Amino acid sequence: MKITQMSVFIENTEGRLFELCDILGKNNINIKALTLAESPEFGIVRLVVDKAENAVEIVKKHGFIASLAQIAAVEVADDPGGLAAVLKVLSENKINIEYMYGFVEKASDKALMVFKFEDIDKAIEVLCANSIPVVAKETISCAKKRI
Amino acid sequence: MIFNEKFETMKLDDLKNLQSERLAALARYVYQNSPVYKKRIDESGYKVSDIKTIDDISKLPFTTKDDMRDNYPFGLFSMDSSKVAEFHVSSGTTGNPVVSGYSKDDVDLWGEAAARSIGAAGGNPGDIIQVAYGYGLFTGGLGLHYGALKFGCPIMPMSSGQTKRQIKLMNDFKPRILACTPSFALYMGEEARGLGFKPEDMSWQIGIFGAEPWTTAIQNEIDRSLGMLATDIYGLSEITGPGVAQECHLRQGLHMWSDVFYPEIINPETGQALKEGEVGELVITTLTRTGMPLLRYRTRDLVSITNEVCSCGRTAPRISKIQGRTDDMIIIRGINVFPTQIEYALLQVEESLPNYQIIVDRADKGLDTIEVQVEIDQKFFSDEIKSIEAVKQKIKKSIEQTILVGVTVKLVEPKTITRSEGKAKRVIDNRKM
Repeated sequence: MKITQMSVFIENTEGRLFELCDILGKNNINIKALTLAESPEFGIVRLVVDKAENAVEIVKKHGFIASLAQIAAVEVADDPGGLAAVLKVLSENKINIEYMYGFVEKASDKALMVFKFEDIDKAIEVLCANSIPVVAKETISCAKKRI
Repeated sequence: MIFNEKFETMKLDDLKNLQSERLAALARYVYQNSPVYKKRIDESGYKVSDIKTIDDISKLPFTTKDDMRDNYPFGLFSMDSSKVAEFHVSSGTTGNPVVSGYSKDDVDLWGEAAARSIGAAGGNPGDIIQVAYGYGLFTGGLGLHYGALKFGCPIMPMSSGQTKRQIKLMNDFKPRILACTPSFALYMGEEARGLGFKPEDMSWQIGIFGAEPWTTAIQNEIDRSLGMLATDIYGLSEITGPGVAQECHLRQGLHMWSDVFYPEIINPETGQALKEGEVGELVITTLTRTGMPLLRYRTRDLVSITNEVCSCGRTAPRISKIQGRTDDMIIIRGINVFPTQIEYALLQVEESLPNYQIIVDRADKGLDTIEVQVEIDQKFFSDEIKSIEAVKQKIKKSIEQTILVGVTVKLVEPKTITRSEGKAKRVIDNRKM
């Protein structure tokens, strides 16, 4: 199951990240996960939000540069070696990871990691074949309700 | 020392007669040898025979930087390119540079003008000169080189850069004269102090600095920190490189060698001549050049002029320091840069928007830096840093290939570049000049 992620270009200026989050909050868009990739002058904020398609239109309307990408959220055992076990499978199957980050909330007692793969379809296929759960979008939305 | 008594101190009446003779001969020469000027003069309604005295100069057509572009590369020459001795190139306003073709006589004339300039600055034959202007298509290095050859100064043809080596050789050779851009002089001073040199340990006594605008404040700073007398030299490759005008040791304006480079000051809007002392655009006619003589070339530099004879004895009129430009050209480390060149470079990169701003700064050690801010476009936004960095590098390369100056590129969010009355302000110059 793929999840839609929103990426936003942010200039390295004071308060810009706040402005972005403020706009999302005021538009009732909840942030599920967030990571910031930075270079000296600019950053790219990658967010998993509910209603990503709406969110991207809203932030663009406010003058941000933003785009959508497909990612996969993967359940990782929350104990030593948990992530390594997933990465081992990916590595053995020559699946390239562009980047990854952790989730703010958990769907279960397992940790959730978000992956951007070079080839997402192949990645999901490999993960499923190795019984590593790829979390559905609905599950993530449900997660909040559970908390 | 006065290098050429005859011309530098010529009585004003005699100077005017000489200028008249030369102008009449020049009009005949370009009419015969330049198809462009023949056409222009024919269209003007005047005949070559109408040009009798220097006051008839207003009957001749202007030449502009756009003419240089339109006739790129050799169209304005009055000589077949095979007869030319040397080419020099400076920035044009867009992709095509400005080319100047120097005949052997023009190179000789250039040496003469630069030799007079070295003398005016206070140089004497036998003084070692460290030429730290760039050598190459840029006229700075070779101009002072030819001048020093003619004047009899032993030359250190250093070219620019290699600061530590410049300082080592200064210490070993003890040059009395330093020729470079004022910003490089400041930079070398800083480096020398870092190596433990005090102003009095530096052998330089005279500086011949130009190719970029600088104020009296910077001049005083160089005097003090390098322990020398810093003088201003003016030139442009279209007319001749450095040596068109030069401050004498009294530093009350730059003597323009008007027996060969005739100055007019005009209102840039109307083209009308201005009075002595009024600031306007400097227009120059090359009275004796043969390779690419120019009639009334509009320099876009704003200056005032005085014909008052200087206490140094030279009768050559004096122009003020450059007060500004009629266009938005900026000068970075001696290289002319037009915002339109940057626009042109951005248009060569598919992913970029021609929405940009140029921020010019002077770093602590005196070297100029240029940052080009480019608004990023939705269509090339990727969520990966590496692909954005790749676009940034592509933009940087395109700009650097066009303006020949290193830049830093900063990608900014859309609509962040300040616009006034719908028009973006292209250049922010933070240098204190």
